[in-house]
Amino acid sequence: MLSIRNIVKQYAEHRALDGVSLEVEKGSIFGLLGPNGAGKTSLIRIINQITAPDEGEVYFNGEKLNPNHIAKIGYLPEERGLYKKMTIGEQALYLAQLKGLSRADATKRIKFWFEKMEMQTWWDKKVEDLSKGMQQKVQFVATVLHEPELIILDEPFSGFDPVNAEIVTKEILELNKKGATIIFSTHRMESVEQLCDSIALINRSHKILDGKVKDIKNSYRDNTFTLSFEGNFPEAKADLFDIVAEPKNGSVTVKINKAKNANELLSYVLPHIQIQELKEEVPSIHDIFIQKVTQLS
Amino acid sequence: MNKILLIIQREYLSRVKKKSFLLMTFLVPALIIGMYALIAFLSVKGGDKVTEITVYDESQIFAGNFKNSSLIRYQTSTLSLVDAKKQAAENEDGFILYIPAETGKETQVQLFSKKKIGLSSLSNIENQMNEILRTKQLKDAGIDPSTLAQIKPDVTINSIELTAEGEKDSSAGAAYIIGFAAAILVYMSLFIYGSQVMRGVIEEKTSRIVEVVISSVKPFQLMMGKIIGIGLVGLTQFILWIVLSTTLVSSAGQFFLKDKMEQVKSIQTEKSEGQKPNVEFNQGPGATVINAIQTLNLPYILGTFLVYFLGGYLIYSALFAAVGAAVDNETETQQFMLPITLPLLFTYIMSFSFIVNNPDSTLSFWLSIIPFTSPIAMMVRLPFGVPDWQLALSIVLLIAGFLFTTWIASRIYRVGILMYGKKVNFRELAKWLTYKE
Repeated sequence: MLSIRNIVKQYAEHRALDGVSLEVEKGSIFGLLGPNGAGKTSLIRIINQITAPDEGEVYFNGEKLNPNHIAKIGYLPEERGLYKKMTIGEQALYLAQLKGLSRADATKRIKFWFEKMEMQTWWDKKVEDLSKGMQQKVQFVATVLHEPELIILDEPFSGFDPVNAEIVTKEILELNKKGATIIFSTHRMESVEQLCDSIALINRSHKILDGKVKDIKNSYRDNTFTLSFEGNFPEAKADLFDIVAEPKNGSVTVKINKAKNANELLSYVLPHIQIQELKEEVPSIHDIFIQKVTQLS
Repeated sequence: MNKILLIIQREYLSRVKKKSFLLMTFLVPALIIGMYALIAFLSVKGGDKVTEITVYDESQIFAGNFKNSSLIRYQTSTLSLVDAKKQAAENEDGFILYIPAETGKETQVQLFSKKKIGLSSLSNIENQMNEILRTKQLKDAGIDPSTLAQIKPDVTINSIELTAEGEKDSSAGAAYIIGFAAAILVYMSLFIYGSQVMRGVIEEKTSRIVEVVISSVKPFQLMMGKIIGIGLVGLTQFILWIVLSTTLVSSAGQFFLKDKMEQVKSIQTEKSEGQKPNVEFNQGPGATVINAIQTLNLPYILGTFLVYFLGGYLIYSALFAAVGAAVDNETETQQFMLPITLPLLFTYIMSFSFIVNNPDSTLSFWLSIIPFTSPIAMMVRLPFGVPDWQLALSIVLLIAGFLFTTWIASRIYRVGILMYGKKVNFRELAKWLTYKE
């Protein structure tokens, strides 16, 4: 769907992107992660043709990125807003028409979405009369009105209460099911785990990690297990396991030697304890994020 | 629909629909009419009714020599001064003119009344008395007033311009006024509409809508759409003003001002009868301007006014847009405004102090050729006559200047609108010019 190849973006004395390559699969939800100032927004702006890269290319459905693609992309920027003095309906119409919809088409779709999101009564309201969360809802609708193939959402949940965040999440998943590819940039790692199929981690202008969420998590498994038990946990055994966190309140975290597995651990410790639970410690995206970013700095 | 048209449409409609636009559109012509009406009213104040003046003449020179007019009637009193004063005190509208016996060069004449006398009535009395006194003194000196009337000189200068079409009347005074009015109008509208562009850009930036919009259109389209949209608002306003003022003036003139105007005329006529019998009928300052305007080829001036308003607006509004893009809020605009206001202010001052007195000097020529100053300077020069080649050169440079500032502005604009929370200076702006897209 979207192929980003070797992008370099240089601002006066600052290199925002340095040889970044990414592949976003059609129909996937792609998480674009990274600490503040890593270069995410620069990359998103390049995809939206707001700026152009100094080096490298972007391909959209196999075609080199060109102005025709603008109508096929929906972009919800992190820094977003609406005209304060314009009514909601007119505003949505304006933005939809800028994306190339006819007035009649736009009106029809806005009505459909306003009904869906329970915003029917908002048409003649002015932005200044709406709460922040309500404004965000309008912006979300304006982003997806033209049924884009690619939807780019930069911190889509900021400003939403949990109820509205849930509504928007549902809509995102539904759009994805209908075939839209979604690029999702956020600092909320729990939504990444919940929504994303693949992620890329950008830090200091470089991509430092990418792939399917499942694969990444698997690759970060290091044979660490937590056991809940009763009894006296035995000492560590160098050729079988190390203790990561000392036994406390009937719980212990151990790291099993690479050559061994959980069964072997169990048969070794069972004579000493009454086992209640054995759980593998799979690192969360949150942990991986922090590990990768702090490691490099 | 083309995207830039959509933007123009939004910018235009959102402003034209505003209440303040409507208010300005009707208020300004109403103010102009109001001013005319006020002037007309003031000039005939006290002339609505016939002013009765009782003359108490101890000198015996004036009584009986006063000429009545449609608005002032003189009568000689037979009462004593004390009784007359008493009578005047009881009568609301009565005036008593007391002329003491001793009359010389500095005759002390007194006017008693319960209310203030109108200016036109007062000058009528003064003129008549001067005339009567002068006639008497001439007679005393042995000069026959009828001889004098024959030899009274009457010099009026008719300034005739020699043009290709032949001779035509011209009036330096009217040219002066028209040039000024046009220059002031250009100067003010450059600021009014230019700063509207700037505020529009800042609004889009602070409300954070700009990134949403430029993911659909190029920054250049957004900037030009805004500039053109607001320019059209300005044009609409001018056209409405012209249409409204002319209709109002002509209709109001028919219904309300007609009487007043005639009174003004008759007063002027009477005034002149006393002193200069040969003077033309409608020689008030207003009439001079109107006569001169008729000689000035209005469509030509209006046409060039529109060209220079548009050209100047496009040049400066692009710069205003760049300033708006470079800052985060209006208070930060100060430092960038100086280079924009300076050439305008300079030309404005020069127009009033220098160009108008030396419309064909070298400095005036250059000021009316350089695109940053020409929209104002040329307006001042125009009524005095500008050779076609100079006008053409000036307009060509105006267009070139517009292309140049728009190019500069768009380079700054595209970087600036996405830059938040960063204080920029001129060096920074210069750097932005070289940024690749």
